[in-house]
Amino acid sequence: MGTYVLRRVLQMIPVIIGTTFLIYWMVFSLGDPTVGRCGERPCPEAYVARIHQEYNLDKPLPEQYVRYMAKVAQGDLGTSFNGNEVIDQLGDRWPVTLKLATIAIVFEAIIGIAAGLLAGLRRRSFWDSLVFVSTLVIISIPSFVLGSVAQMVFGVQLSWFPVTATQGTWEQLLLPGFVLGSLSMAYIARLTRNSLSENLSADYVRTAKAKGLSSGRVVGVHTFRNSLIPVVTFIGADFGALMGGALVTERIFNIPGIGGYIFHSITTKDATAVVGTITLLVLVFLLMNLIVDLLYGALDPRIAHE
Amino acid sequence: MSDPNLTRNQASDRVDHEMPDDELDAIEHRGAKEDARSLGRDAWEDLRSRPTFWISSFLILVMVLMAAFPDLFTFFAPAQDPAYAQLINARQPPSSEAWFGYDTQGYDIYSRTIHGARASILVGILTTAGTILIGGTIGLLAGFYGGWLDSLLSRVGEVFWSIPLLLGGVLFMTSFPSDVETPYMVVVGKVVLVLTILGWPRIARIMRSAVLQVKSLDYVQSARALGASPLRIILNHVLPNAFTPVVVVATIDLGAYIATEATLSFLGIGLQPPTISWGIAISDASALGMLRAAPHMLLFPSIFLSMTVLAFIMLGDTIRDAFDPKGR
Repeated sequence: MGTYVLRRVLQMIPVIIGTTFLIYWMVFSLGDPTVGRCGERPCPEAYVARIHQEYNLDKPLPEQYVRYMAKVAQGDLGTSFNGNEVIDQLGDRWPVTLKLATIAIVFEAIIGIAAGLLAGLRRRSFWDSLVFVSTLVIISIPSFVLGSVAQMVFGVQLSWFPVTATQGTWEQLLLPGFVLGSLSMAYIARLTRNSLSENLSADYVRTAKAKGLSSGRVVGVHTFRNSLIPVVTFIGADFGALMGGALVTERIFNIPGIGGYIFHSITTKDATAVVGTITLLVLVFLLMNLIVDLLYGALDPRIAHE
Repeated sequence: MSDPNLTRNQASDRVDHEMPDDELDAIEHRGAKEDARSLGRDAWEDLRSRPTFWISSFLILVMVLMAAFPDLFTFFAPAQDPAYAQLINARQPPSSEAWFGYDTQGYDIYSRTIHGARASILVGILTTAGTILIGGTIGLLAGFYGGWLDSLLSRVGEVFWSIPLLLGGVLFMTSFPSDVETPYMVVVGKVVLVLTILGWPRIARIMRSAVLQVKSLDYVQSARALGASPLRIILNHVLPNAFTPVVVVATIDLGAYIATEATLSFLGIGLQPPTISWGIAISDASALGMLRAAPHMLLFPSIFLSMTVLAFIMLGDTIRDAFDPKGR
């Protein structure tokens, strides 16, 4: 396990460097870092010069990148054009997004695993087909369509849920959380079903049955726990999709979280805020992937011993 | 030696002889064709019997026609020109004259929904072509030559793969912003570019594993021993084997790219008005107060967009099931 952890961590380092360099290069070298800082007009020369100095754009590219990363590591994600530190803005908003994500994950895990169990235990039955078709439909509907339609039907027409979630309370975030979790719920249902049905035909399950164990014990203890390994790791690795989805969901339901902040910055053409926030999210995403990999090794010893 | 009816086994027994190129060609071709026919015919028979294959193919055909010749579908609409607006009609619900109703500007939603197909289909098809071209080539090189090239290309792929599609799209479109004056194809090109940049590693991985699978097989080894060039091995043995997994993933991803483009337009950084696209239409429909005042504005573009994504995902799923021997 020790060498596995070490190997994973070492493999992660070039990816982190590569990804952040790619983002930096795209935004600051290929792109124009003064984009959107002066409204609709081009920026004055003095201001352009200041930005160039701030991001060391006159230095060689590797040095620029190292200096930029040193700032990011200290929590400096840049200052948006209205003078707010991006990191402070995120500090105020992450609890709301965390709440939203929690609702989404609880929802997707419970419903997704239940549906997957139903389909996997009764393969080729009506329930299996029902789960297959409904997950196909959910996967096909883009999350912003699903969100807008859910808002219209459950918020406006039926009044079951608040139409917007401007305060970011648990109650208000319920419907947006369902919308955010729905896509992953469909994937979790399919994953659970496939991994369960694969394990049910494995040799060790046949042995357990042959020993005369009750079917409840065979499924509950021997199969279910093993089948959940890929599901657990999927939920962890799903962070990137969840944050992309939060951007859409928070825009639709007007939620004052990180996604809403990115959307607001897009509309006000505040490129620094968008770039800073997304760089941070990508870093968190990479870290989550690492944790998931390590978790995978701990849950399934075969992976660590490869 | 000059017998054209050499079987493959006999051919591999004679590896020490120099073979003329056309003979080699005949032998290899026969082998490849026979394999492809039996496997392919089986899968095709299977595909033909699946209703989901016909439904999704039909939907895709309709959407592609809609993108190429929108006039085919709009000649009977009240406003054939999707840019023709009459404010007096604003937000009128569907009627026998205007099937989908009118939007806030008094545009006929039916014509605009038909014309909106073009952006989605263009982005989907161009991005898929791009990812197959780049990902396919890189995957081939990595798998075929192995060694340090493989490690390098795989690490590079991981870097691009580590940026979530939508977040990367938002980042790119913010750094290279478009406005009203940016030409249509430039904006479409930008979206295609960023989705291709972030999407190619998926195809590359599949291509690489297909190459690795085939490379060690006996008949490929013997073809190599007979002196077949890398190009010939790739064309005759690697590509036919990689074809199905690549097609399956590419088809499913095509749906995902269409959804991502629409999402970017919905967020206001993809296509910009006056361009017509489903994402923009849905964004307009979910603006303040619109859901209550004109729910039909949301409904129709949403249905078309979802149906298109559904068609591609369903087709990919169906092809995979048909070609998967475990499912039979």
